[in-house]
Amino acid sequence: MSELTLTVMRLGFLAVLWLFVIVAVQVIRSDLFGTRVTQRGARREAGRAQQAQRQAPPQQRQQQAAGGRQRRNAPTKLVVSEGTLTGTTVALQGQTITLGRAHDSTIVLDDDYASSRHARIYPDRDGQWIVEDLGSTNGTYLDRTRLTTPTPIPLGAAIRIGKTVIELRK
Amino acid sequence: MSSSTSNTSTHHTSTIGAIGAPSRRNTELALLVFAVLIPVFAYANVGLAINDQVPAGLLSYGLGLGLLAGVAHLVVRKFAPYADPLMLPLATLLNGLGLVAIWRLDQSKLLQSIGQAGGKATNQLIYTALGIALFAVVLVFLKDHRVLQRYTYISMVGALVLLLLPLVPGLGANITYGAKIWIQVGSFTIQPGEFAKIVLAIFFAGYLMVKRDALALASRRFMGLYLPRGRDLGPIIVVWMISILILVFETDLGTSLLFFGMFIIMLYVATERTSWIVFGLLMSAAGAVGVASFEPHVKQRVAAWLDPMREYTLSQTVPGHSAQSMQALWAFGSGGTLGTGWGQGHSELIRFAANSDFILATFGEELGLAGLMAILLIYGLIVERGVRTALAARDPFGKLLAIGLSGAFALQVFVVAGGVMGLIPLTGMTMPFLAYGGSSVIANWALIGILIRISDTARRPAPAPAPSPDAEMTQVVRPS
Repeated sequence: MSELTLTVMRLGFLAVLWLFVIVAVQVIRSDLFGTRVTQRGARREAGRAQQAQRQAPPQQRQQQAAGGRQRRNAPTKLVVSEGTLTGTTVALQGQTITLGRAHDSTIVLDDDYASSRHARIYPDRDGQWIVEDLGSTNGTYLDRTRLTTPTPIPLGAAIRIGKTVIELRK
Repeated sequence: MSSSTSNTSTHHTSTIGAIGAPSRRNTELALLVFAVLIPVFAYANVGLAINDQVPAGLLSYGLGLGLLAGVAHLVVRKFAPYADPLMLPLATLLNGLGLVAIWRLDQSKLLQSIGQAGGKATNQLIYTALGIALFAVVLVFLKDHRVLQRYTYISMVGALVLLLLPLVPGLGANITYGAKIWIQVGSFTIQPGEFAKIVLAIFFAGYLMVKRDALALASRRFMGLYLPRGRDLGPIIVVWMISILILVFETDLGTSLLFFGMFIIMLYVATERTSWIVFGLLMSAAGAVGVASFEPHVKQRVAAWLDPMREYTLSQTVPGHSAQSMQALWAFGSGGTLGTGWGQGHSELIRFAANSDFILATFGEELGLAGLMAILLIYGLIVERGVRTALAARDPFGKLLAIGLSGAFALQVFVVAGGVMGLIPLTGMTMPFLAYGGSSVIANWALIGILIRISDTARRPAPAPAPSPDAEMTQVVRPS
């Protein structure tokens, strides 16, 4: 076997070995999971911008996985715009979001005027997000009307629960 | 996220900001294919370099390794779908590279003539198959790692029995390579210490989970260190005594260091007290120095570590001295940065244990610093995934077990690599997955199996929380 071939194979093998290590590290990079800390308070705006960037890749994956069920201008996150939780965002990933004072709710409302299981927001079969009042004491308002039946949520419409206002954004 | 979870996700709620770990099985498969192809490349390279032709066994070895990896992958896919995607490919790559290096040393006429080579690669492939079988058994029958918690004290007894087996007359193997760590069963020799490592980690995890508050909180502060109470020192003293006794009676520095180190790591993780590490280092240093001063075998190892060249010169004339430490250093040196290339080194000159304890010297010579660093990084990645599993685990027992197993794995790599490279005195341990030896390969596949089980439990999406009764009444808005 010629010297040249062996040298090429020797360096080629090292390259392949290192390529494997690099690919493995890339897998680790794309494999981050765990708890995401949502920023609130003074640095809210900056935090929001950062979050939007950080959330982008998993959401894209989500949308692909959903098999094109979601429309182009479907909302991607739920934002609390008034109340004690102002600034909290929850990524909409096809899961049901429950709101209320019960501590297993997705958004735990620290609000004396909210019921323990106040309302829920869920996607219907077409990916349209629906808000439903769960028989709360003080009612759930979409813009200024009190909900009586599950209602589709327009983008940017204010949903009011007690002192808390939330809306869906792109 | 896989389609199966998005179908069911409407049924359960999720907490704010939790990023669910996707299953990642396809990533694992792709990496696994890569991890099988690299050893096949190396195998062809060895054949071309030594015999000027692609080895005849290329297809069968490649298919054999690929088949084993495929079986392991299918078992993970079926029984641990959310497991870490990296551990299996990384372990497979190391195992495959080990097979190639052993086969490469099999080709050496010198090693064949002293009975240290020939057919060892086939044996190692059989051991790998047994290891993968044990890996599959762990994943199939261990549905939840918390079951192991029930066997805390049985594990302690089991580990002690395993450790003491080589000392039983008639059972301990007659082959004396210095350390008495083998037992003879039929025509096989087994190193029970490799299995004791896993069993002992189970005991430590179960014990420390119960006792960690007492160990962490009941302590006095003295010179910036938290001194534990005397009665809480009991277990650490006992483990220290056991590791010293292993050192004295089995003259095995590596196993002793491994067990004591694993205990200190787990104690530190369980109690978050730096003082335990200080104590542990002081005690192990004192114990090692004490034993090394009167045990001739250990004393000789220390002498070979301090001055390998003198030991080499002595070995040429005086029997009982070993030239290996110096020869290993020469192998690393002649490899240089990029190595000599597969099959073109002369690491067979190490003769004895060239394919087991000293296999790292073959990698150092033929792949050079660049290849050796890649291999150490692969070990590092396995340990990193183990520690990440411990971080993600939701139960304290799983956390401690994962940290203990990955800590033991890391310590073993450090003890062997450090010994071969002359950083610490040489010990009779084997490089996990790379070195020739059935017990080591089988036990380490079981270790990876348990880590994969814990990581599957840790990464599985959380079940929906149970409904809780209300604490306070809701106030009613009164229109004024």
